[in-house]
Amino acid sequence: MKRIIEYLKSLLLLELLKGLSLTMRHMFRPTITINYPEEKTPKSVRFRGLHALRRYPNGEERCIACKLCEAVCPALAITIDSEQRADGTRRTTRYDIDLFKCIFCGFCEESCPVDSIVETGILEYHMESREEGIMTKEKLLAIGDRYESEIAENRNRDAAYR
Amino acid sequence: MLEMLETVYTWIQSQYLIWTLIKILLITIPIITVVAFYTYFERKVIGSMQIRIGPNRVGPFGLIQPFADVFKLLLKEVILPTNSNRFLFLLAPIIALAPALAAWAVVPFNDFLVLSDIDAGLIYVLALTSLGVYGIIIAGWASNSKYSFLGAMRAAAQTVSYEIAMGFSLVGVLILAGSLNLREIVLAQQGSIFDWYWLPLFPLFIIYMISGLAETNRAPFDQAEGESEIVAGFHVEYSGSTFAIFFLAEYANMILISGLTAILFAGGWLSPFEGLPVVGDTFLAEGSIFWFLAKTVVFMFMFLWYRATFPRYRYDQIMRLGWKVLIPITLVWVMVAALMTVLGIVVKGS
Repeated sequence: MKRIIEYLKSLLLLELLKGLSLTMRHMFRPTITINYPEEKTPKSVRFRGLHALRRYPNGEERCIACKLCEAVCPALAITIDSEQRADGTRRTTRYDIDLFKCIFCGFCEESCPVDSIVETGILEYHMESREEGIMTKEKLLAIGDRYESEIAENRNRDAAYR
Repeated sequence: MLEMLETVYTWIQSQYLIWTLIKILLITIPIITVVAFYTYFERKVIGSMQIRIGPNRVGPFGLIQPFADVFKLLLKEVILPTNSNRFLFLLAPIIALAPALAAWAVVPFNDFLVLSDIDAGLIYVLALTSLGVYGIIIAGWASNSKYSFLGAMRAAAQTVSYEIAMGFSLVGVLILAGSLNLREIVLAQQGSIFDWYWLPLFPLFIIYMISGLAETNRAPFDQAEGESEIVAGFHVEYSGSTFAIFFLAEYANMILISGLTAILFAGGWLSPFEGLPVVGDTFLAEGSIFWFLAKTVVFMFMFLWYRATFPRYRYDQIMRLGWKVLIPITLVWVMVAALMTVLGIVVKGS
């Protein structure tokens, strides 16, 4: 008896109508799509985007070539060569990050004792050849110089939680 | 100037072949244009049902998107698989498309706008809609690919099963209308919205729409394509313009089925306000081509609505539904329709 009632009920297509009404209701809901290049979702201050090397306010580069980032990098994306500068401090002569190897984990930023290597919020960049995928020291410093105010502000806002 | 136009007009009318050709073009070109915008409409409708926007980059509101798609497909290379049967491989899309367009020959847009008002219109339509599946079967076989072949076999089995249910639901219409001529079937529905055949033949109306979905291989009956199981089914090996023609055929078929549903069950060009107390006397109650087009658009929308709502049937479920549910119901209701006619509950048309 129960089976017969259920069979007759299924003939009324009640469940199908329920589904149809659901999709119809959704049709009149406001869309949640973000039109990407024009509209953007808010980005965390901890966002791990393109790398940068920072400088002190007096223009001296922060990196002291301790090579902690090179050691911690799980993807082996960082290559550092260093030598003693004329004033007796140790500085890098080469600081390369291979963006094709980098997994943007942020370990380099965490390991840095002088807050030199950081990951900025930049996520819209492109390369036109394989060589451009390797960020040299000059390129990293240039990014750091250009976005210093932004980097500093993000780090300040996050400082209380670190 | 006007006289010249008039002479040209009368001359063209006297040339039967040219005049028919013009009429055919007047039907086919709008259909192909509608197909283009139907794809756009589909993406927009399904988009908003999934709380998305849909195409909005090409042209205002993305309106040029279908043309971008068409040009992309036409400019792409047609790849012929090495071991395919070339002749059949290229013939298949044409076989799929031609019936979908040819069936419009007997569709009455209003009382007098019909390409050929033949008496066996319904039989002609039934014959042509079932021809379309040969395109799919041949495509699947000629591609010489496993997935294509599976898709073709599924399409064949599915179409054969659902054609019976479809045919029987048309028998119900025949019994009530007493004619095979599509124009007369519409005229037999005259009266009010409750005289249209959707009401006395309600189960057949629903079954016709369900088997229409199956005939056109649309979700939830898109077994022949089955993206998640057999990649793209019968048109896995097709690319460029040959694929575009399959696409065109699918959507042309959907429009055709929508138009036929409007004619057979929803009073064709008749106005829904006919015979109602107040509006029944105004211009709204006049039957016109616009009512036919409006009804067609409503049924076309339903195709998209179903696609956005229902998941794909499993193969054995499709067979069970077709043979064990739809066909018995149609058989019963054909009897009921016959009884209704004999007992005079529904007055036989004209």
